[in-house]
Amino acid sequence: MISPVGWIIIWIGILFNLLGTVGLVRFPDIYNRLQTSTKCVTLGSFGLMIGIFLLHGFSQTGIKALICGAFLLLTNPVGAHALMKGSLHYGIKLWKESIVDRYGTEKLGGEQIEEKS
Amino acid sequence: MKYIIYFIIGFGLWLLLTLSTNLDHIIAGIIVVFLGTILFGGYFTDKPQKFLQPHRLFWLIIYIPVFIWYMIKANLDVAYRTLHPQRPLKPGIVKIKTILKSDTAKVFLANSITLTPGTMTVDIDGDYLYIHWIYVQDTDIDAASKIIARPFERFLRRIFD
Amino acid sequence: MILMLIVLFFSALLCLYRIQQGPTIPDRAVGVDIMGTIFVNITALTAIFYNLPYLMDLAIIIALFSFIGTLALSKYLEKRSLDD
Repeated sequence: MISPVGWIIIWIGILFNLLGTVGLVRFPDIYNRLQTSTKCVTLGSFGLMIGIFLLHGFSQTGIKALICGAFLLLTNPVGAHALMKGSLHYGIKLWKESIVDRYGTEKLGGEQIEEKS
Repeated sequence: MKYIIYFIIGFGLWLLLTLSTNLDHIIAGIIVVFLGTILFGGYFTDKPQKFLQPHRLFWLIIYIPVFIWYMIKANLDVAYRTLHPQRPLKPGIVKIKTILKSDTAKVFLANSITLTPGTMTVDIDGDYLYIHWIYVQDTDIDAASKIIARPFERFLRRIFD
Repeated sequence: MILMLIVLFFSALLCLYRIQQGPTIPDRAVGVDIMGTIFVNITALTAIFYNLPYLMDLAIIIALFSFIGTLALSKYLEKRSLDD
């Protein structure tokens, strides 16, 4: 009974992973890429680990999968914040159709938006 | 007091990771967890016993399904934007104000915002958060705070403050 | 069953495309970060396909090192030293 549910959750996780990397290729600037890929890959990995836990139960593999999933859920957003702040300070400008940049006007002296060509 | 709680949590994690009651494993675990607690215990929150009160645990258990529901909604939203041929984007960085006080609560609010629809935390500065929003609906501080942060603040205020 | 690994390797290939193509250094950093998480998934799936429980430990360790590597890269991008 529990086994097909586990496989279905693993498949959903893998498809979200694929979707996140497609977003990584398709979106125009680094901030939008970071948004889509972090969200999709985090939920995908978490789903995959939950699926493995459902398949194996409270055995060695299942508990380690659960710990790994919790760890990914806590650390992936932190890494994304760090990368985003790092690239803002590095001087990457926002995409040319962005409409507002409060961080640039208050911390970096002027809006960091690409000019439309 | 807080070192004792960290020691118990770390030792529980060690037992889950090794999953054996062999005497060698337990002695090695006690030594490693003791060293880790002494070296890194000072970096965490000051009053961990606060989080063991029953009503905080109750709201934490309520919060987890709500959070997972918002995460699934966020992913469907991102999937729609990824697969749409014209890529409906209107990005920008807005500023919001939070009513949470403690540092732990702010960290959890930032992580929750990152994993929910179309928003992502850039930086925290006192009571204000800078948010990168993939489809900006409102650039005003109060209106943006109401849209982005209110659903989580109701829960996080009861859990962590 | 092998189809899962093929889909995941295709995702890793898309990350590689972004690493090779990305116009700036932060773009490549994002690609490396996402690829680390994809490799955690591949390791965990391999562990349950071939019934090798010790590969699960390896998955946890890859997740840890990927996180530390991302933090170090972002500190470098921010032009600050590693100890603050």
